[in-house]
Amino acid sequence: MSAPSTNPLRDPQDRRLPRIAGPCGMVLFGVTGDLSRKKVMPAIYDLANRGLLPPGFSLVGFARRDWADEDFAEVVHDAVKQHARTEFREEVWEQLSEGFRFVPGDFDSADSFDHLRAVIDELDELRGTGGNHAFYLAIPPGAFGKVVAQLEGHGLTDPGGSAGVGGERWRRVVVEKPFGHDLGSAQDLNQILHSVFPEGSIFRIDHYLGKETVQNILAMRFANSMFEPVWNSNYVDHVQITMAEDIGIGGRAGYYDGIGAARDVIQNHLLQLMALVAMEEPVSFEASALRIEKQKLLSSVRLPEDLAGTTARGQYAAGWAGGEKVRGFLQEEGIAKSSTTETYAAVTLHVDNRRWAGVPFYLRTGKRLGRRVTEVAVVFKRAPHLPFDATETEELTQNALVIRIQPDEGLTMRFGSKVPGTQMEIRDVNMDFAYGGSFTESSPEAYERLILDVLLGDPPLFPRTEEVELSWRILDPVLDFWAAQDTLGKRPEQYDSGSWGPAAAEEMLARDGRIWRRP
Amino acid sequence: MTTMELTDTNSAAIAAEFVRLRRAAGSPAMGMVMTLLVVAEAEHAEAAVISARQAAQEHPARVLGVVVEAKRGHGQVDATVGIGDGWGGESALIRLTGEVAKHPASVVLPLLLPDSPVVVWWPGKAPADPAADPIGRLAQRRITDAAAGRRPTAAMRAACASYTRGNTDLAWTRLTPWRALLAAALDQQPSSVSRVSEVGVVAERANPSADLLARWLGDRLHAKVTRRTSEGPGITEVTLTTAAGDLRIARPDGRLATLSTPGRPDRPIALKRRSVPELLNEELRRLDEDEIYAATARSLAVAASTSRTTTDRRGTTK
Repeated sequence: MSAPSTNPLRDPQDRRLPRIAGPCGMVLFGVTGDLSRKKVMPAIYDLANRGLLPPGFSLVGFARRDWADEDFAEVVHDAVKQHARTEFREEVWEQLSEGFRFVPGDFDSADSFDHLRAVIDELDELRGTGGNHAFYLAIPPGAFGKVVAQLEGHGLTDPGGSAGVGGERWRRVVVEKPFGHDLGSAQDLNQILHSVFPEGSIFRIDHYLGKETVQNILAMRFANSMFEPVWNSNYVDHVQITMAEDIGIGGRAGYYDGIGAARDVIQNHLLQLMALVAMEEPVSFEASALRIEKQKLLSSVRLPEDLAGTTARGQYAAGWAGGEKVRGFLQEEGIAKSSTTETYAAVTLHVDNRRWAGVPFYLRTGKRLGRRVTEVAVVFKRAPHLPFDATETEELTQNALVIRIQPDEGLTMRFGSKVPGTQMEIRDVNMDFAYGGSFTESSPEAYERLILDVLLGDPPLFPRTEEVELSWRILDPVLDFWAAQDTLGKRPEQYDSGSWGPAAAEEMLARDGRIWRRP
Repeated sequence: MTTMELTDTNSAAIAAEFVRLRRAAGSPAMGMVMTLLVVAEAEHAEAAVISARQAAQEHPARVLGVVVEAKRGHGQVDATVGIGDGWGGESALIRLTGEVAKHPASVVLPLLLPDSPVVVWWPGKAPADPAADPIGRLAQRRITDAAAGRRPTAAMRAACASYTRGNTDLAWTRLTPWRALLAAALDQQPSSVSRVSEVGVVAERANPSADLLARWLGDRLHAKVTRRTSEGPGITEVTLTTAAGDLRIARPDGRLATLSTPGRPDRPIALKRRSVPELLNEELRRLDEDEIYAATARSLAVAASTSRTTTDRRGTTK
């Protein structure tokens, strides 16, 4: 943490005091992208509005545009007005926008980075950012190498100055997924970043980990006593982790083609969710303790032998979704008719440890599915004996605990209850805890939390190199298997847009005698 | 918002009305996390309940406004019960007349939500000893506002003198952004020169927050504190004198502040005075004892009893 314990105004008991980052600034590469405009810029404003940014915080935009500082401020202003979560306040905007700078430039041009360096030095002088800067690479990973080399070549990765004044000076780098497209490329990418930044200065954003509900998984599991006793293979039948989107690939053909659902979602979000749901209790909530448990879990994940029967993939076909006529994946602009990129992926995973032996984890994700939803469903075994007639419990299925990540965050518990009346009839009912109902509607956006953590240098919510590489190790055999299928002419199955995925996915669970939950 | 007027009623009828309104709205489920009691004078009661509802936006609550209309006359309980309006909680404004006005706790007790915490807020005049007050006794958290009355300094002294675990005052809540900035500013000083020898707090004349801030800084930093008077609004300047020079936060207009530290350029920072619902919101976020406020209040109470205005004592008083 940045706060030295010698500060007499700090006291661990003083929990009102928010953590405010020390003097610093951020350099944003790729300011014109969706990510920057919809997430990063609004989050920065929201942080400022909540009083969590340091005085003098500065934001430097870097892009191939012929803009002046004012044009950049205009872009941020629009993004903030449109997407910020908190109310727009003139006095906050005034002081924040004074720290906006823009550097027009090209990743190849040494002049641009000379200019960037001059701007940063000037900000240190003028705004007191103290040599501390985070470089946010909201750009395609293909360009990381160039940018990182330029940063190093121009001395921008060296914070300079003497350490000791309010802690170490720092330079950090922030990257977004995809963290490579297989183990090899992920290792290459890590090598590029590591060649310049130490691991502790690399922040990989998986915005799911910044979500309140995901952090609540830890609270739910480790702060309560009623869940842990049943959280194992004695009681749990299987676990389903779903991330469904109702939209297609939209204009992202260039990014999506060749990547597909498994790389885009399973490798990062779903495996991270699985790790949090299945890992053992960490010794503490320190970054290192959490990482050890997540790594342990990920390294005990095993794929079944028969990949044909335990995985499924598909592509959405033209049709009607939610009352709208939509194109199929192969008809999307920029997608070749012959593309074998999957828009739906499901995999079965086993965990080789005592807690989870024999409990399959089913992970699925897809585009153009029934509705937008992300959830973890822990499905319990049936009661070993039912002192009722078979007809009385016909409508009773398995108990389930569902952690709803988005939208409509909360927990659902499904159990059997008697239907009122003279007959004994037992049917499933749901009990709901709505996060939005019991706590704030305006819980901070994941990006606010994550950006603040970057500035504070607080790493628990960021996946580390090892986790990224372990995830690829899990997924690579599936990707290779699918690639081999392609060469045999077995293409991904078409599924109806607006449905819950291809028949192959249903069959995959049917083989185990189970069915997918309708989320 | 769906509301219902109940005349000459009692607690059971009010509780039944809550359930009836919920059923009528189609959602009998409750996600409420606390009961918030608002004890106010008649003319401010409605506004106070609205403030409480806004504050409770983050924490859906059963908000119960308790108003004593008149202590004489025929004993009667009247209530306005409401739910909805894009909010997960529910509220009732309960007006008491006659003999029952002396026993407000008897009306409120049956209406407390099971198990969940109870918070009481006096938006105006507070009892001399909130924890001993019949309604205050029902609550884990008792929120007063020294600045709301006509004699803020006296009210704050009373609050400090009667401090009991669970008491808190909005005068302290108002300081959080100041305290956070001061702590962050001091974080940035090299430890060799961060010893603060003198503290200056400038604020409008009667400002309980400034007194608390001065006391907190003096106790934490073991430094001499000077309190000076300005035109306001609120606190206008705080200076920490170190060997390297002055750390200063100046906020002349109540919204934009400038942070000056030795050897660095001045930096602007938004430091707006916050509204009551915002303050209440912060209060409701934590319901455990605030040890730092406790220490500051006790220390101030001791100082007040020995009637010293500036301090050079060492250590906090327990």
